[in-house]
Amino acid sequence: MDFLWAFLIGGLVCMIGQILIITTKITSARILVTFVLIGVVLQAFELFEPISQFAKAGINVPIIGFGASLAKGAMGAVKSIGLLGAFTGGLEATAGGIAAAVGFAFLFSLIFKSKTK
Amino acid sequence: MNQTVEFRNRPKIIGSYSIVGPKEGAGPFGSYFDYVMKNDLFGEKTYELAERKMFEQAVTGAIESAGLTASQINLMLAGDLLNQIISSSFTARDFSLPYLGIFGACSTMAETLAVGAMMVNGGHFGNILCATGSHFSTAERQFRFPLELGNQRVPTSQWTVTAAGASVLSLEGKGPEITMATFGKVVDFGIVDVNNMGAAMAPAAAETIFTHFNETGRKPTDYDLIVTGDLGKLGAEILVDLLEDKGIKLGPNYSDCGHSYFTREQDTMCGGSGCGASASVLNGYIIKKLKKRELKRVLFVPTGALMSTTASQQGESIPGISHAIVIEAGGK
Amino acid sequence: MKQEKRNEAYNRYVEARIPKTKAWPSLFNSFWVGGLICVIGQGIDMLILYLFPYMSQQTAWAWTLVVLIFLASFLTGIGVYDKIGKFAGGGSIVPITGFSNSISSPAIEFKHEGIIYGTCVKMFTIAGPVIVVGVVSSIVVGIIYWIVGLF
Repeated sequence: MDFLWAFLIGGLVCMIGQILIITTKITSARILVTFVLIGVVLQAFELFEPISQFAKAGINVPIIGFGASLAKGAMGAVKSIGLLGAFTGGLEATAGGIAAAVGFAFLFSLIFKSKTK
Repeated sequence: MNQTVEFRNRPKIIGSYSIVGPKEGAGPFGSYFDYVMKNDLFGEKTYELAERKMFEQAVTGAIESAGLTASQINLMLAGDLLNQIISSSFTARDFSLPYLGIFGACSTMAETLAVGAMMVNGGHFGNILCATGSHFSTAERQFRFPLELGNQRVPTSQWTVTAAGASVLSLEGKGPEITMATFGKVVDFGIVDVNNMGAAMAPAAAETIFTHFNETGRKPTDYDLIVTGDLGKLGAEILVDLLEDKGIKLGPNYSDCGHSYFTREQDTMCGGSGCGASASVLNGYIIKKLKKRELKRVLFVPTGALMSTTASQQGESIPGISHAIVIEAGGK
Repeated sequence: MKQEKRNEAYNRYVEARIPKTKAWPSLFNSFWVGGLICVIGQGIDMLILYLFPYMSQQTAWAWTLVVLIFLASFLTGIGVYDKIGKFAGGGSIVPITGFSNSISSPAIEFKHEGIIYGTCVKMFTIAGPVIVVGVVSSIVVGIIYWIVGLF
Protein backbone atom coordinates (compact mmCIF):
# COMPACT_ATOMS: atom_id res chain seq x y z
CA MET A 1 0.00 0.00 0.00
CA ASP A 2 2.88 2.37 0.86
CA PHE A 3 4.37 1.59 -2.53
CA LEU A 4 1.16 2.42 -4.35
CA TRP A 5 0.75 5.78 -2.64
CA ALA A 6 4.44 6.59 -3.12
CA PHE A 7 4.09 5.81 -6.81
CA LEU A 8 0.89 7.77 -7.35
CA ILE A 9 1.77 10.87 -5.34
CA GLY A 10 5.43 10.89 -6.45
CA GLY A 11 4.40 10.45 -10.07
CA LEU A 12 1.82 13.19 -9.77
CA VAL A 13 4.32 15.66 -8.28
CA CYS A 14 6.82 14.93 -11.05
CA MET A 15 4.12 15.27 -13.68
CA ILE A 16 3.24 18.71 -12.30
CA GLY A 17 6.94 19.54 -12.78
CA GLN A 18 6.76 18.34 -16.38
CA ILE A 19 3.63 20.44 -17.01
CA LEU A 20 5.55 23.48 -15.73
CA ILE A 21 8.46 22.65 -18.04
CA ILE A 22 6.25 22.30 -21.09
CA THR A 23 4.04 25.31 -20.52
CA THR A 24 6.58 27.82 -19.22
CA LYS A 25 9.81 26.50 -20.79
CA ILE A 26 11.61 26.99 -17.47
CA THR A 27 14.98 25.33 -16.88
CA SER A 28 15.71 22.59 -14.38
CA ALA A 29 17.27 25.03 -11.87
CA ARG A 30 14.02 26.99 -11.75
CA ILE A 31 11.99 23.78 -11.42
CA LEU A 32 14.06 22.67 -8.44
CA VAL A 33 13.79 26.11 -6.82
CA THR A 34 10.02 26.17 -7.32
CA PHE A 35 9.54 22.78 -5.70
CA VAL A 36 11.83 23.56 -2.77
CA LEU A 37 9.71 26.65 -2.13
CA ILE A 38 6.53 24.60 -2.33
CA GLY A 39 8.00 22.30 0.34
CA VAL A 40 8.95 25.21 2.60
CA VAL A 41 5.47 26.72 2.30
CA LEU A 42 3.70 23.39 2.89
CA GLN A 43 5.75 22.86 6.04
CA ALA A 44 5.27 26.45 7.21
CA PHE A 45 1.51 25.92 7.18
CA GLU A 46 2.01 22.47 8.67
CA LEU A 47 0.40 20.79 5.69
CA PHE A 48 3.41 18.64 4.86
CA GLU A 49 3.11 16.11 7.71
CA PRO A 50 -0.48 15.11 6.90
CA ILE A 51 0.47 14.44 3.25
CA SER A 52 3.67 12.65 4.27
CA GLN A 53 1.60 10.37 6.57
CA PHE A 54 0.14 8.48 3.63
CA ALA A 55 2.33 9.54 0.66
CA LYS A 56 5.59 8.57 2.43
CA ALA A 57 8.39 8.52 -0.15
CA GLY A 58 5.97 9.95 -2.72
CA ILE A 59 6.30 13.40 -1.18
CA ASN A 60 9.65 12.97 0.60
CA VAL A 61 11.73 11.87 -2.40
CA PRO A 62 10.68 14.83 -4.58
CA ILE A 63 12.71 17.93 -3.72
CA ILE A 64 9.58 19.18 -1.92
CA GLY A 65 10.74 16.98 0.96
CA PHE A 66 14.06 18.82 1.01
CA GLY A 67 12.26 22.16 1.31
CA ALA A 68 9.99 20.80 4.03
CA SER A 69 12.99 19.50 6.03
CA LEU A 70 14.63 22.92 5.80
CA ALA A 71 11.54 24.64 7.18
CA LYS A 72 10.82 21.91 9.70
CA GLY A 73 14.39 22.07 10.97
CA ALA A 74 14.23 25.85 11.35
CA MET A 75 10.87 25.71 13.17
CA GLY A 76 11.99 22.89 15.46
CA ALA A 77 15.20 24.66 16.38
CA VAL A 78 13.36 27.93 17.06
CA LYS A 79 11.17 26.01 19.46
CA SER A 80 14.12 24.58 21.38
CA ILE A 81 16.81 27.29 21.23
CA GLY A 82 14.92 30.44 20.24
CA LEU A 83 15.62 32.87 17.41
CA LEU A 84 19.06 31.44 16.66
CA GLY A 85 17.29 28.27 15.55
CA ALA A 86 15.96 30.10 12.49
CA PHE A 87 19.56 30.18 11.27
CA THR A 88 20.89 26.84 12.48
CA GLY A 89 17.88 24.55 12.12
CA GLY A 90 17.38 24.46 8.37
CA LEU A 91 20.84 23.38 7.31
CA GLU A 92 21.18 21.08 10.31
CA ALA A 93 18.15 19.12 9.19
CA THR A 94 19.31 18.87 5.57
CA ALA A 95 23.04 18.55 6.15
CA GLY A 96 23.06 14.87 5.23
CA GLY A 97 21.51 15.42 1.82
CA ILE A 98 23.64 18.42 0.90
CA ALA A 99 26.88 16.85 2.12
CA ALA A 100 26.11 13.59 0.32
CA ALA A 101 25.36 15.41 -2.95
CA VAL A 102 28.51 17.51 -2.70
CA GLY A 103 30.69 14.65 -1.52
CA PHE A 104 29.63 12.14 -4.16
CA ALA A 105 29.75 14.81 -6.89
CA PHE A 106 33.32 15.59 -5.90
CA LEU A 107 34.28 11.93 -5.73
CA PHE A 108 32.78 11.05 -9.11
CA SER A 109 34.19 14.17 -10.75
CA LEU A 110 37.62 12.70 -10.00
CA ILE A 111 36.70 9.39 -11.63
CA PHE A 112 34.42 10.15 -14.56
CA LYS A 113 34.44 12.37 -17.64
CA SER A 114 31.44 13.87 -19.40
CA LYS A 115 30.49 12.06 -22.56
CA THR A 116 29.35 13.46 -25.88
CA LYS A 117 25.75 12.78 -26.72
CA MET B 1 24.99 49.11 -55.32
CA ASN B 2 26.07 49.67 -51.77
CA GLN B 3 26.01 46.41 -49.82
CA THR B 4 27.02 44.18 -52.71
CA VAL B 5 30.51 43.98 -54.17
CA GLU B 6 31.51 42.27 -57.39
CA PHE B 7 34.86 40.53 -57.85
CA ARG B 8 36.03 41.19 -61.41
CA ASN B 9 39.15 39.03 -61.05
CA ARG B 10 37.06 36.07 -59.87
CA PRO B 11 38.98 34.66 -56.89
CA LYS B 12 38.95 30.87 -56.93
CA ILE B 13 38.50 28.35 -54.16
CA ILE B 14 41.54 26.25 -55.03
CA GLY B 15 41.51 24.09 -51.93
CA SER B 16 38.86 22.91 -49.50
CA TYR B 17 38.50 20.42 -46.67
CA SER B 18 35.76 19.34 -44.30
CA ILE B 19 35.96 17.27 -41.14
CA VAL B 20 33.05 16.19 -38.93
CA GLY B 21 32.21 14.18 -35.82
CA PRO B 22 30.70 10.68 -35.87
CA LYS B 23 27.08 11.79 -35.44
CA GLU B 24 27.49 14.31 -38.25
CA GLY B 25 29.14 11.67 -40.42
CA ALA B 26 26.09 9.47 -39.99
CA GLY B 27 23.83 12.21 -41.41
CA PRO B 28 22.71 12.73 -45.01
CA PHE B 29 25.92 14.59 -46.01
CA GLY B 30 28.11 11.91 -44.40
CA SER B 31 29.67 10.54 -47.57
CA TYR B 32 30.64 14.00 -48.86
CA PHE B 33 32.84 14.99 -45.93
CA ASP B 34 36.57 14.53 -46.33
CA TYR B 35 37.05 13.04 -42.88
CA VAL B 36 34.76 11.62 -40.22
CA MET B 37 36.20 11.39 -36.72
CA LYS B 38 35.64 8.12 -34.86
CA ASN B 39 34.89 9.89 -31.61
CA ASP B 40 34.29 13.45 -30.52
CA LEU B 41 37.31 13.68 -28.27
CA PHE B 42 39.57 12.92 -31.24
CA GLY B 43 42.22 11.46 -28.93
CA GLU B 44 42.48 14.64 -26.88
CA LYS B 45 41.97 15.32 -23.20
CA THR B 46 39.32 18.02 -23.46
CA TYR B 47 36.67 18.93 -26.02
CA GLU B 48 38.34 22.31 -26.54
CA LEU B 49 41.54 20.55 -27.57
CA ALA B 50 39.52 18.24 -29.80
CA GLU B 51 37.90 21.24 -31.49
CA ARG B 52 41.31 22.76 -32.11
CA LYS B 53 42.76 19.53 -33.46
CA MET B 54 39.78 19.29 -35.82
CA PHE B 55 40.37 22.90 -36.84
CA GLU B 56 44.03 22.21 -37.51
CA GLN B 57 43.22 19.17 -39.61
CA ALA B 58 40.78 21.25 -41.69
CA VAL B 59 43.47 23.88 -42.24
CA THR B 60 46.11 21.29 -43.17
CA GLY B 61 43.67 19.49 -45.45
CA ALA B 62 42.62 22.62 -47.31
CA ILE B 63 46.22 23.72 -47.86
CA GLU B 64 47.16 20.24 -49.12
CA SER B 65 44.17 20.03 -51.43
CA ALA B 66 45.28 23.36 -52.92
CA GLY B 67 48.68 21.80 -53.58
CA LEU B 68 50.41 24.33 -51.35
CA THR B 69 52.40 24.32 -48.13
CA ALA B 70 51.60 26.40 -45.05
CA SER B 71 54.43 28.82 -45.84
CA GLN B 72 52.72 29.72 -49.11
CA ILE B 73 49.60 30.96 -47.29
CA ASN B 74 49.81 34.73 -46.99
CA LEU B 75 46.92 35.27 -44.58
CA MET B 76 44.54 33.24 -42.49
CA LEU B 77 41.00 34.50 -41.84
CA ALA B 78 39.15 32.46 -39.25
CA GLY B 79 36.66 32.50 -36.42
CA ASP B 80 34.69 30.18 -34.17
CA LEU B 81 32.16 30.16 -31.34
CA LEU B 82 34.34 29.81 -28.26
CA ASN B 83 34.98 32.91 -26.17
CA GLN B 84 37.65 35.12 -27.77
CA ILE B 85 37.69 32.71 -30.75
CA ILE B 86 40.44 30.58 -29.22
CA SER B 87 40.22 27.67 -31.64
CA SER B 88 41.05 29.94 -34.59
CA SER B 89 43.70 32.00 -32.88
CA PHE B 90 45.48 29.01 -31.36
CA THR B 91 45.47 27.27 -34.73
CA ALA B 92 46.97 30.36 -36.37
CA ARG B 93 49.63 30.34 -33.66
CA ASP B 94 50.49 26.70 -34.29
CA PHE B 95 50.79 27.23 -38.05
CA SER B 96 52.57 30.53 -37.51
CA LEU B 97 50.40 32.30 -40.09
CA PRO B 98 49.56 36.00 -40.45
CA TYR B 99 46.06 36.06 -39.07
CA LEU B 100 42.89 38.08 -38.81
CA GLY B 101 40.37 36.74 -36.32
CA ILE B 102 36.83 37.21 -37.53
CA PHE B 103 33.68 36.82 -35.51
CA GLY B 104 30.42 36.39 -37.32
CA ALA B 105 29.05 33.60 -35.13
CA CYS B 106 27.67 30.93 -37.45
CA SER B 107 27.95 33.22 -40.50
CA THR B 108 31.76 33.14 -40.19
CA MET B 109 32.37 30.98 -43.27
CA ALA B 110 30.75 33.51 -45.59
CA GLU B 111 32.31 36.45 -43.78
CA THR B 112 35.86 35.06 -44.08
CA LEU B 113 35.35 34.12 -47.73
CA ALA B 114 33.87 37.50 -48.60
CA VAL B 115 36.66 39.43 -46.89
CA GLY B 116 39.27 37.05 -48.30
CA ALA B 117 37.85 37.35 -51.80
CA MET B 118 38.14 41.13 -51.64
CA MET B 119 41.78 40.93 -50.58
CA VAL B 120 42.66 38.37 -53.23
CA ASN B 121 40.66 40.23 -55.86
CA GLY B 122 42.46 43.46 -54.99
CA GLY B 123 45.81 41.75 -55.40
CA HIS B 124 46.93 42.39 -51.86
CA PHE B 125 47.44 38.75 -50.95
CA GLY B 126 48.21 35.71 -53.09
CA ASN B 127 46.75 32.81 -51.12
CA ILE B 128 44.27 33.31 -48.32
CA LEU B 129 43.04 30.58 -46.01
CA CYS B 130 39.49 30.85 -44.64
CA ALA B 131 38.39 28.52 -41.86
CA THR B 132 35.81 27.99 -39.16
CA GLY B 133 34.45 25.22 -37.00
CA SER B 134 32.33 24.31 -34.01
CA HIS B 135 32.06 21.45 -31.55
CA PHE B 136 28.88 20.23 -29.88
CA SER B 137 30.42 19.58 -26.50
CA THR B 138 32.36 22.85 -26.22
CA ALA B 139 29.32 24.86 -27.29
CA GLU B 140 27.06 23.02 -24.82
CA ARG B 141 29.29 23.71 -21.86
CA GLN B 142 29.85 27.34 -22.85
CA PHE B 143 26.32 28.30 -23.83
CA ARG B 144 24.01 25.76 -22.20
CA PHE B 145 24.28 23.02 -19.63
CA PRO B 146 26.70 20.28 -18.59
CA LEU B 147 26.46 17.27 -20.89
CA GLU B 148 25.39 14.94 -18.10
CA LEU B 149 22.53 17.11 -16.84
CA GLY B 150 19.26 15.23 -17.23
CA ASN B 151 17.06 17.76 -19.00
CA GLN B 152 15.00 17.77 -22.17
CA ARG B 153 15.62 19.78 -25.32
CA VAL B 154 12.81 22.04 -26.41
CA PRO B 155 11.23 21.54 -29.86
CA THR B 156 12.73 24.74 -31.30
CA SER B 157 16.29 23.94 -30.22
CA GLN B 158 19.08 22.98 -32.58
CA TRP B 159 22.13 20.75 -32.31
CA THR B 160 25.53 22.44 -32.56
CA VAL B 161 27.42 20.30 -35.05
CA THR B 162 30.92 19.00 -34.48
CA ALA B 163 32.55 20.03 -37.74
CA ALA B 164 35.14 22.29 -39.30
CA GLY B 165 35.70 23.50 -42.83
CA ALA B 166 38.48 25.40 -44.54
CA SER B 167 39.01 26.88 -48.01
CA VAL B 168 42.01 28.39 -49.79
CA LEU B 169 41.39 31.41 -52.03
CA SER B 170 43.67 32.46 -54.85
CA LEU B 171 43.65 34.00 -58.31
CA GLU B 172 45.98 31.24 -59.55
CA GLY B 173 44.83 27.67 -59.94
CA LYS B 174 41.53 25.98 -60.58
CA GLY B 175 38.31 25.86 -58.66
CA PRO B 176 34.89 27.40 -58.15
CA GLU B 177 34.89 31.20 -58.32
CA ILE B 178 33.53 33.71 -55.87
CA THR B 179 31.94 36.42 -57.98
CA MET B 180 29.94 38.56 -55.57
CA ALA B 181 29.36 39.20 -51.93
CA THR B 182 26.53 40.99 -50.16
CA PHE B 183 27.37 42.15 -46.65
CA GLY B 184 24.41 42.07 -44.31
CA LYS B 185 23.14 44.39 -41.62
CA VAL B 186 22.64 43.37 -38.01
CA VAL B 187 18.92 42.72 -37.75
CA ASP B 188 17.00 42.19 -34.52
CA PHE B 189 13.30 41.43 -34.44
CA GLY B 190 13.18 41.10 -30.66
CA ILE B 191 13.46 37.34 -30.15
CA VAL B 192 14.81 36.62 -26.66
CA ASP B 193 14.46 32.83 -26.54
CA VAL B 194 18.00 31.39 -26.81
CA ASN B 195 16.45 28.06 -27.74
CA ASN B 196 14.95 29.56 -30.86
CA MET B 197 17.94 30.78 -32.86
CA GLY B 198 16.28 30.06 -36.19
CA ALA B 199 13.56 32.63 -35.52
CA ALA B 200 16.14 35.13 -34.25
CA MET B 201 18.32 34.87 -37.38
CA ALA B 202 15.71 34.46 -40.13
CA PRO B 203 15.01 38.24 -40.43
CA ALA B 204 18.74 38.89 -41.01
CA ALA B 205 18.84 36.30 -43.79
CA ALA B 206 15.69 37.76 -45.33
CA GLU B 207 17.20 41.25 -45.26
CA THR B 208 20.46 40.14 -46.89
CA ILE B 209 18.81 37.98 -49.55
CA PHE B 210 16.32 40.75 -50.38
CA THR B 211 19.15 43.30 -50.65
CA HIS B 212 21.16 40.95 -52.82
CA PHE B 213 18.35 40.44 -55.34
CA ASN B 214 17.45 44.09 -55.20
CA GLU B 215 20.98 45.34 -55.85
CA THR B 216 21.95 42.79 -58.48
CA GLY B 217 18.63 42.65 -60.28
CA ARG B 218 18.74 38.88 -60.07
CA LYS B 219 15.94 36.57 -59.00
CA PRO B 220 15.92 33.26 -57.09
CA THR B 221 15.73 31.24 -60.30
CA ASP B 222 19.11 32.64 -61.39
CA TYR B 223 20.66 30.26 -58.88
CA ASP B 224 20.85 26.47 -58.87
CA LEU B 225 20.99 26.54 -55.12
CA ILE B 226 20.25 29.15 -52.49
CA VAL B 227 21.48 27.84 -49.19
CA THR B 228 21.31 29.35 -45.69
CA GLY B 229 23.52 28.16 -42.85
CA ASP B 230 21.80 27.05 -39.71
CA LEU B 231 18.31 28.50 -39.60
CA GLY B 232 17.03 25.01 -38.94
CA LYS B 233 13.60 23.72 -39.85
CA LEU B 234 11.62 26.48 -38.17
CA GLY B 235 13.96 29.30 -39.21
CA ALA B 236 13.93 28.17 -42.83
CA GLU B 237 10.14 28.14 -42.89
CA ILE B 238 10.08 31.62 -41.39
CA LEU B 239 12.61 32.88 -43.97
CA VAL B 240 10.40 31.66 -46.82
CA ASP B 241 7.46 33.53 -45.26
CA LEU B 242 9.44 36.72 -44.66
CA LEU B 243 10.76 36.82 -48.22
CA GLU B 244 7.33 36.13 -49.63
CA ASP B 245 6.10 39.22 -47.77
CA LYS B 246 8.83 41.18 -49.57
CA GLY B 247 7.76 39.74 -52.92
CA ILE B 248 10.51 37.14 -53.34
CA LYS B 249 9.45 33.56 -53.76
CA LEU B 250 12.02 30.93 -52.85
CA GLY B 251 11.49 27.75 -54.80
CA PRO B 252 12.70 24.17 -54.40
CA ASN B 253 16.24 25.42 -55.06
CA TYR B 254 16.28 26.83 -51.54
CA SER B 255 17.60 24.77 -48.65
CA ASP B 256 19.22 25.16 -45.25
CA CYS B 257 22.42 23.35 -44.17
CA GLY B 258 21.25 22.93 -40.58
CA HIS B 259 17.81 21.69 -41.53
CA SER B 260 19.21 18.96 -43.78
CA TYR B 261 22.27 18.15 -41.66
CA PHE B 262 20.73 15.29 -39.69
CA THR B 263 18.09 12.66 -40.31
CA ARG B 264 14.82 12.66 -38.40
CA GLU B 265 15.93 9.67 -36.36
CA GLN B 266 18.97 11.57 -35.09
CA ASP B 267 16.59 13.53 -32.92
CA THR B 268 18.05 17.02 -33.17
CA MET B 269 14.71 18.85 -33.03
CA CYS B 270 15.07 21.71 -35.57
CA GLY B 271 18.37 20.47 -37.05
CA GLY B 272 22.04 21.38 -36.89
CA SER B 273 23.63 24.71 -36.03
CA GLY B 274 27.06 26.19 -35.40
CA CYS B 275 29.83 27.60 -37.58
CA GLY B 276 30.77 24.10 -38.64
CA ALA B 277 27.38 23.34 -40.18
CA SER B 278 27.62 25.74 -43.13
CA ALA B 279 31.44 25.42 -43.30
CA SER B 280 31.40 21.65 -43.66
CA VAL B 281 28.48 21.58 -46.08
CA LEU B 282 30.15 24.23 -48.25
CA ASN B 283 33.56 22.59 -48.26
CA GLY B 284 32.27 19.04 -48.24
CA TYR B 285 29.22 19.10 -50.46
CA ILE B 286 28.68 22.35 -52.36
CA ILE B 287 32.23 22.85 -53.63
CA LYS B 288 32.41 19.24 -54.80
CA LYS B 289 29.12 19.67 -56.68
CA LEU B 290 30.40 22.89 -58.23
CA LYS B 291 33.60 21.19 -59.32
CA LYS B 292 31.59 18.44 -60.98
CA ARG B 293 29.46 21.20 -62.50
CA GLU B 294 26.32 19.60 -61.07
CA LEU B 295 25.76 23.04 -59.60
CA LYS B 296 26.66 26.12 -61.62
CA ARG B 297 25.80 29.08 -59.46
CA VAL B 298 25.16 29.03 -55.73
CA LEU B 299 24.06 31.74 -53.31
CA PHE B 300 25.61 30.85 -49.96
CA VAL B 301 23.97 32.78 -47.11
CA PRO B 302 24.91 31.54 -43.63
CA THR B 303 23.45 33.35 -40.65
CA GLY B 304 24.84 34.10 -37.24
CA ALA B 305 23.32 34.99 -33.86
CA LEU B 306 25.38 37.75 -32.30
CA MET B 307 24.47 37.07 -28.70
CA SER B 308 26.40 36.26 -25.55
CA THR B 309 25.29 34.36 -22.47
CA THR B 310 25.63 37.53 -20.39
CA ALA B 311 23.43 39.58 -22.72
CA SER B 312 20.83 36.80 -22.82
CA GLN B 313 20.75 36.47 -19.04
CA GLN B 314 20.19 40.22 -18.83
CA GLY B 315 17.14 39.74 -21.00
CA GLU B 316 18.43 41.30 -24.21
CA SER B 317 17.08 40.13 -27.53
CA ILE B 318 19.23 38.24 -30.03
CA PRO B 319 20.60 40.20 -33.02
CA GLY B 320 21.17 38.25 -36.21
CA ILE B 321 23.57 38.74 -39.09
CA SER B 322 23.88 37.19 -42.49
CA HIS B 323 26.31 37.59 -45.38
CA ALA B 324 25.77 36.24 -48.88
CA ILE B 325 28.39 35.13 -51.36
CA VAL B 326 27.88 33.99 -54.93
CA ILE B 327 29.97 31.00 -55.95
CA GLU B 328 30.06 29.89 -59.58
CA ALA B 329 31.44 26.73 -61.14
CA GLY B 330 33.53 28.87 -63.50
CA GLY B 331 35.19 27.71 -66.69
CA LYS B 332 33.01 26.93 -69.66
CA MET C 1 7.74 52.72 -31.65
CA LYS C 2 7.28 51.32 -35.12
CA GLN C 3 10.06 48.85 -34.44
CA GLU C 4 8.45 47.67 -31.19
CA LYS C 5 5.23 47.01 -33.04
CA ARG C 6 7.12 45.06 -35.69
CA ASN C 7 8.94 43.00 -33.05
CA GLU C 8 5.71 42.25 -31.20
CA ALA C 9 4.03 41.14 -34.40
CA TYR C 10 7.04 38.98 -35.31
CA ASN C 11 7.13 37.34 -31.87
CA ARG C 12 3.43 36.55 -32.16
CA TYR C 13 3.96 35.11 -35.63
CA VAL C 14 6.91 32.96 -34.45
CA GLU C 15 4.94 31.71 -31.45
CA ALA C 16 2.21 30.53 -33.81
CA ARG C 17 4.74 28.75 -36.05
CA ILE C 18 6.50 26.80 -33.31
CA PRO C 19 5.81 23.10 -33.87
CA LYS C 20 3.37 21.77 -31.33
CA THR C 21 4.53 18.58 -29.71
CA LYS C 22 2.16 16.16 -28.09
CA ALA C 23 2.26 16.70 -24.35
CA TRP C 24 0.71 13.40 -23.27
CA PRO C 25 3.64 11.04 -23.88
CA SER C 26 6.04 13.27 -21.94
CA LEU C 27 3.55 13.72 -19.10
CA PHE C 28 3.04 9.96 -18.92
CA ASN C 29 6.79 9.30 -18.91
CA SER C 30 7.45 11.89 -16.22
CA PHE C 31 4.65 10.33 -14.16
CA TRP C 32 5.82 6.76 -14.18
CA VAL C 33 9.54 7.44 -13.94
CA GLY C 34 9.00 9.96 -11.12
CA GLY C 35 6.68 7.51 -9.38
CA LEU C 36 9.19 4.70 -9.83
CA ILE C 37 12.02 6.76 -8.28
CA CYS C 38 9.78 7.40 -5.27
CA VAL C 39 8.93 3.70 -5.05
CA ILE C 40 12.65 2.86 -5.09
CA GLY C 41 13.12 5.37 -2.26
CA GLN C 42 10.29 3.74 -0.34
CA GLY C 43 11.86 0.32 -0.93
CA ILE C 44 15.30 1.42 0.27
CA ASP C 45 13.73 2.95 3.38
CA MET C 46 11.85 -0.27 4.20
CA LEU C 47 14.91 -2.41 3.51
CA ILE C 48 17.03 -0.31 5.88
CA LEU C 49 14.38 -0.59 8.61
CA TYR C 50 14.16 -4.35 7.98
CA LEU C 51 17.94 -4.80 8.25
CA PHE C 52 18.33 -2.44 11.22
CA PRO C 53 15.08 -2.76 13.15
CA TYR C 54 16.26 -0.54 16.00
CA MET C 55 17.04 2.40 13.79
CA SER C 56 14.77 5.42 14.15
CA GLN C 57 12.45 6.39 11.31
CA GLN C 58 14.30 9.65 10.90
CA THR C 59 17.75 8.09 10.66
CA ALA C 60 16.53 5.46 8.23
CA TRP C 61 15.10 8.18 6.03
CA ALA C 62 18.36 10.17 6.13
CA TRP C 63 20.17 7.03 4.97
CA THR C 64 17.63 6.53 2.21
CA LEU C 65 18.32 10.00 0.85
CA VAL C 66 22.07 9.39 1.00
CA VAL C 67 21.64 6.16 -0.99
CA LEU C 68 19.40 7.82 -3.59
CA ILE C 69 21.84 10.70 -3.96
CA PHE C 70 24.72 8.26 -4.32
CA LEU C 71 22.90 6.30 -7.03
CA ALA C 72 22.00 9.44 -9.00
CA SER C 73 25.53 10.76 -8.74
CA PHE C 74 26.93 7.45 -9.93
CA LEU C 75 24.46 7.21 -12.82
CA THR C 76 25.46 10.76 -13.77
CA GLY C 77 29.11 9.75 -13.78
CA ILE C 78 28.60 6.78 -16.06
CA GLY C 79 26.47 8.87 -18.43
CA VAL C 80 23.08 7.26 -17.79
CA TYR C 81 21.19 9.89 -15.81
CA ASP C 82 21.02 12.36 -18.68
CA LYS C 83 19.44 9.67 -20.81
CA ILE C 84 16.82 9.05 -18.13
CA GLY C 85 16.32 12.82 -17.99
CA LYS C 86 15.87 13.12 -21.74
CA PHE C 87 13.16 10.48 -21.53
CA ALA C 88 11.43 11.47 -18.30
CA GLY C 89 11.93 15.26 -18.04
CA GLY C 90 10.30 16.37 -14.80
CA GLY C 91 10.18 12.74 -13.69
CA SER C 92 13.90 12.74 -12.98
CA ILE C 93 14.41 16.46 -12.27
CA VAL C 94 11.94 16.90 -9.42
CA PRO C 95 13.09 14.00 -7.17
CA ILE C 96 16.12 14.49 -4.91
CA THR C 97 18.04 12.46 -7.49
CA GLY C 98 17.62 15.38 -9.90
CA PHE C 99 19.20 17.66 -7.29
CA SER C 100 22.10 15.23 -7.06
CA ASN C 101 22.42 15.14 -10.86
CA SER C 102 22.42 18.93 -11.01
CA ILE C 103 25.44 19.01 -8.66
CA SER C 104 27.32 16.07 -10.14
CA SER C 105 26.97 17.00 -13.80
CA PRO C 106 28.73 20.38 -13.64
CA ALA C 107 31.33 18.95 -11.24
CA ILE C 108 32.23 16.35 -13.85
CA GLU C 109 31.84 18.69 -16.81
CA PHE C 110 34.15 21.41 -15.57
CA LYS C 111 36.88 19.27 -14.00
CA HIS C 112 39.21 20.31 -16.82
CA GLU C 113 39.25 23.87 -15.50
CA GLY C 114 40.88 22.55 -12.33
CA ILE C 115 39.65 21.27 -8.98
CA ILE C 116 39.16 24.73 -7.45
CA TYR C 117 37.88 26.87 -10.32
CA GLY C 118 36.37 23.98 -12.24
CA THR C 119 34.88 21.29 -10.04
CA CYS C 120 34.36 23.28 -6.83
CA VAL C 121 33.18 26.58 -8.28
CA LYS C 122 30.95 25.19 -11.02
CA MET C 123 29.43 22.48 -8.82
CA PHE C 124 26.75 24.90 -7.70
CA THR C 125 25.92 26.59 -11.02
CA ILE C 126 22.56 24.82 -11.16
CA ALA C 127 21.96 23.66 -7.59
CA GLY C 128 23.26 26.85 -5.96
CA PRO C 129 19.96 28.69 -6.33
CA VAL C 130 18.15 25.69 -4.83
CA ILE C 131 20.25 25.81 -1.67
CA VAL C 132 20.14 29.60 -1.44
CA VAL C 133 16.37 29.86 -1.91
CA GLY C 134 15.79 26.92 0.43
CA VAL C 135 18.00 28.30 3.20
CA VAL C 136 16.76 31.88 2.90
CA SER C 137 13.12 30.83 2.95
CA SER C 138 13.71 28.52 5.90
CA ILE C 139 15.28 31.43 7.80
CA VAL C 140 12.24 33.56 7.01
CA VAL C 141 9.90 30.78 8.13
CA GLY C 142 11.95 30.32 11.33
CA ILE C 143 11.82 34.02 12.15
CA ILE C 144 8.09 34.26 11.51
CA TYR C 145 7.59 31.15 13.62
CA TRP C 146 9.60 32.80 16.41
CA ILE C 147 7.57 36.03 16.21
CA VAL C 148 4.29 34.13 16.20
CA GLY C 149 5.53 32.16 19.22
CA LEU C 150 6.05 35.39 21.19
CA PHE C 151 2.36 36.03 21.42
